[in-house]
Amino acid sequence: MNSMRNPMKHATGLGSAKHGVAHFMIQRITAVALVLLSIWFMVLVLGLLGSDYATARAAVAQPFNAILMIAFLIAAFWHAQLGLQVVIEDYVHTPWIEMALQIIIKLACALAVVAGVLAVLRITLGS
Amino acid sequence: MASTQRPLSPHLSIYHWYINMISSILHRATGIALAAGSLLLLAGLLTLAAGETQFEAVRAFCNSWLGLILLFGWTWSLAYHLCNGIRHLLQDTGLGFRIDQIIRNSWLAVIGSIVLTVIVWGWALAAGGVA
Repeated sequence: MNSMRNPMKHATGLGSAKHGVAHFMIQRITAVALVLLSIWFMVLVLGLLGSDYATARAAVAQPFNAILMIAFLIAAFWHAQLGLQVVIEDYVHTPWIEMALQIIIKLACALAVVAGVLAVLRITLGS
Repeated sequence: MASTQRPLSPHLSIYHWYINMISSILHRATGIALAAGSLLLLAGLLTLAAGETQFEAVRAFCNSWLGLILLFGWTWSLAYHLCNGIRHLLQDTGLGFRIDQIIRNSWLAVIGSIVLTVIVWGWALAAGGVA
């Protein structure tokens, strides 16, 4: 049975779709991270309801919250990009529109992470 | 690819809406809603860094009726996607693939999402709204 298979399959480990399990794995890993991080995020936001601007900013400035906020941004937007990629693959079949949407989503998520991380850095390093 | 108008076999018009079907498409719909709503959260974070005037503008929008509806929808979407997502992660390990388990876990995800949303919004209203 194995003699009918191309040795390259074992060498690259990518499978017939040529992509391997990278998408699947990263989606699951960011999912696990987000289970914990989204609970933290909701607790943080709920704790800050009704507080003034200075208190909110000071809370995000704390190293513990700043670190988790950056982790949350990266995990959330990466997870979102991978998820939206599958949605576009499923419903959009015109090649140029599909490619344009995929690229726009990737760039938008990357930009969102950069902007969010920069905001957290401004808050945590500035105060 | 789909350029010739061939007749398709009926799907949405004839399939009974079982909970496993509903939970699957809800997982996708809530995922899309979460991605869209994350932009509002990003706006909050960016204005928090920018200054008090900008942040208060975002806070005011969150307190408007449109903002409250969006936030409520986003909270429920997060709760549902979280509960159903945990179910997906467990299924990735091979657990819960029997039909009765799938039905039960789908209902657990829906009920769990409602419970979480009630808890979060109960707290929020007790704290005086999205102030």
